[in-house]
Amino acid sequence: MERLKLATVWLGGCSGCHMSFLDLDEWLFELSEMADLVYSPIADVKDFPHGVDVTLVEGAIANEENLGMAKTVRQRSRVVVSFGDCAVTGNVTAMRNPHGLGLEVLRTVYLVPEPGTQPHIPDDREIVPALLDQVIPLHNVIPVDHFLPGCPPSASRIRDFLKQLLSGTAPNRSAVQIRFG
Amino acid sequence: MSVVTLTINDRQITARAGETVLDAARETGIPIPTLCHLDGVTEAAACRMCLVKIEGRGRLQASCVTSALEGMVVHTETEAIREYRRMILELLFAEGNHVCSVCVANEHCELQSLAADHGMDHVRYEYMNPKRPVDVTHERFALDHNRCILCSRCIRTCDEIEGAHTWDFAGRGSHARIIADMGQPWGEAESCTSCGKCVQSCPTGALFRKGSTVAEMTKDRERLAELMVARKEKKWSV
Amino acid sequence: MNIADLHTIREAERNRCKPFTIRCCTSSGCRASGALEVFAELQKQVQESGLTDRVDVVGVGCPGLCSEGPLVESTHPAAIYPRVKSEQAREIVRISLNEPCQLEQLDPGHPFLTGQLKIVRARAGIIDPERLESYIAADGYVGLQQALQQSPETIVETITVSGLRGRGGAGYPTGLKWATVAKMPRGQKYVICNGDEGDPGAFMDRAVMEDAAHQVLEGMAIAAYAVGANQGVIYVRAEYPLAIERLQLAITQATRAGLLGTGILGSGFNFTIEIRIGAGAFVCGEETALIASVEGLRGMPRPRPPYPAERGLWDCPTLINNVETLATIPAILRNGAEWFAAIGTEKSKGTKIFSIAGKIQNSGLVEVPMGTTLRQVVEVLGGGVPGGKALKAVQTGGPSGGCIPAELLDTPIDYESLSAIGSIMGSGGMIVMDESDQMPEIARFFMEFCADESCGKCVPCRVGTVQLHRLLTRIIERKASQDDLDQLIQLCHLVRDTSLCGLGQSAPNPVLSTLRYFASEYEALLQPPEFPGHTRRKAPIPLTVI
Repeated sequence: MERLKLATVWLGGCSGCHMSFLDLDEWLFELSEMADLVYSPIADVKDFPHGVDVTLVEGAIANEENLGMAKTVRQRSRVVVSFGDCAVTGNVTAMRNPHGLGLEVLRTVYLVPEPGTQPHIPDDREIVPALLDQVIPLHNVIPVDHFLPGCPPSASRIRDFLKQLLSGTAPNRSAVQIRFG
Repeated sequence: MSVVTLTINDRQITARAGETVLDAARETGIPIPTLCHLDGVTEAAACRMCLVKIEGRGRLQASCVTSALEGMVVHTETEAIREYRRMILELLFAEGNHVCSVCVANEHCELQSLAADHGMDHVRYEYMNPKRPVDVTHERFALDHNRCILCSRCIRTCDEIEGAHTWDFAGRGSHARIIADMGQPWGEAESCTSCGKCVQSCPTGALFRKGSTVAEMTKDRERLAELMVARKEKKWSV
Repeated sequence: MNIADLHTIREAERNRCKPFTIRCCTSSGCRASGALEVFAELQKQVQESGLTDRVDVVGVGCPGLCSEGPLVESTHPAAIYPRVKSEQAREIVRISLNEPCQLEQLDPGHPFLTGQLKIVRARAGIIDPERLESYIAADGYVGLQQALQQSPETIVETITVSGLRGRGGAGYPTGLKWATVAKMPRGQKYVICNGDEGDPGAFMDRAVMEDAAHQVLEGMAIAAYAVGANQGVIYVRAEYPLAIERLQLAITQATRAGLLGTGILGSGFNFTIEIRIGAGAFVCGEETALIASVEGLRGMPRPRPPYPAERGLWDCPTLINNVETLATIPAILRNGAEWFAAIGTEKSKGTKIFSIAGKIQNSGLVEVPMGTTLRQVVEVLGGGVPGGKALKAVQTGGPSGGCIPAELLDTPIDYESLSAIGSIMGSGGMIVMDESDQMPEIARFFMEFCADESCGKCVPCRVGTVQLHRLLTRIIERKASQDDLDQLIQLCHLVRDTSLCGLGQSAPNPVLSTLRYFASEYEALLQPPEFPGHTRRKAPIPLTVI
């Protein structure tokens, strides 16, 4: 049986979902029999490949780089999964939203007068991508196939989800599988 | 005391005359979800989660304010009703700033539980990201408006059980919010007796005890109903 | 006052007519175009020309053709002068001296003037709204007089046989409502007149209250007698100061004359009326929210049942009727139920007042028999769309109503026919639209109104209307896809089917009705999906710029 091409990305998130993924512990061995990790922040791959079967996307869309990556993922993946509360709802990353648009938030955070400092807003586009005015969930920018909430989703939740996905069953949407938080 | 027979989800059940369809269903173990209902206080029929289909009546009816009548035929779980309940929950999540992961009521929240029970794995509506304050002026409790779903349980509890009527609504429509007395910081609201009943009544983490951190705020909502029953029947021992 | 006194006053008033009468409209509509200055100038000119014995200048209510105001009417010869300016007052006054008048006159044969059947508005433009005697001279309080000579049950029967239906919008059989309240056990009961008229563009009730306040009082008194109430409340929106003033004046006059208060017209019937003023909330036009407001509570609706007829104001049986409904009652008493039932259609009896506005030649108030076609009202009485543009649609029922496309203009105006085509009669607002009006924008306008006016109690209305407004905005800004349109429709169904009160339940109507008849306008604005093959929707990306 050909192994599934699995990818993961993290966008505007804390990488906690990836840590939870790693908590799969020994089951990762089983997973590696069924899937190849073709792209991931925890693997050494430079460019997101074409023809990916399933991509788990952690993190919300907070800046232009996240946005670009999300679109690339959608174009090159068969199935896209919003992985964790940040991708599903915006979560903590989106807590800046009520405090104003991008520029206002940057001003509040960076232009704090402090003796001995010269406050300015980082704007080197090579390093710091432009902020979006509002942080938005993944499904607001690309069509998403499945949602895996949790902050982070527990390893058992991830395992149950992946097992179902890999066996071609529709993922279970029971309360214990989808509860936020 | 007379009894009526009615059918709920193709099951024949009996109810006390004058009982609501909600109470009749729950007493027989038929679940109907609610958010603004609270045993011990009057009904608001505001959340629209308890809507049921009653044959012969065109519109869906709020079961919390509909009397169970002889021969009534009720359906609590049609496809339309299930879809509407989920949409209402999604609207609520999109309206405020509900960040379960960092909330004191995480895992003890009625809104969170109902969403999970109704298969809500994401919100299809645009988040509104309103700017709402957090009131920490009271000595013992706090109100985070970001988590408030305007269910009015705190208002009714404070008015009907404590009798202080510290809480009420101000503003209209999407600008509506809960205020203490005449819109003062809670700590300055003279009518408040600091009894904490409103905190117990709140379905989410909006009202909480100061010093609780994430997932620590558990509530004892049945206590309020017990209080009302005890007062009425003069039975104070457990 | 007793019946004989009523008769004496009537005769005296009719005989005091001077040879020449000049009627100047001083209702809100004409005031907005300077009618008070014209009125003052007319009076001044009569003084200066020494004509006070021969010429009577009367400030009257709305003759109806508001787009041509200020309107001044002379009686000998009979003529109506439109758009009168103060400088022209002198010329009008001096007609009484047989001096020639070159001013433009309205064509007396114009269908707007001749094509109406004025029952409720029969006295508008003729009587002086600020004088009780003027109302009495026009058969005022005869209905009440006759009612008091019959039993309350007979009155209820009369209203039932007449077929009158609530004019506030719902069209509930008035006789049935009265019967319900009347059947409640004896005790404290109330009659409430709903003068909150909140629909944008509707001003029928305003005119009735300003032009013939006594007619409203008379209708309330007859209703109270029929159902066993002794106290009445008129709830008027605060934005109608002239109506409030005239109603208060009428109450004072009627009370002094013994037409309100204790022992009315020598009978054992007592009835007092209080005015309560609104505070700017459309939702307070809803019966239970109105009652909450009168009780000093926040204007939020309550679930029904119990209905106000059983438990309303202060938990007592309460009859609550719209201004126009109550203002129709005196005529029914005077002329009989059969007379009223002979007008209109099988299920919609009598006449209805409409306020026509928008892209229309003649805008103002018209009263026509039920069953008159929309085409008759819009094209014949209204004069059609000005500037040669094509008529596109007519919106009836305000924010709770729907748009009727030009192809359906031959629909008769009655409750059932209008609901069958996806609209409602509503309170009588009629807004005409031409080819330059964009239907999605019309739908959004009404949705914004509903979102602003939502009381906030129930989730579907409070949050649903805001989300619907957002979706409509994205569609109009060409940032939406088919998925968004599907979501719009689904959300409309939620708000319609699960909202607690009529405001939320009918808020989606303008959207659903414009989608029914003008779907192509929405579809033309949609964007193709960025990722075809997937069905989840996508929102616009909010970028920041440094």
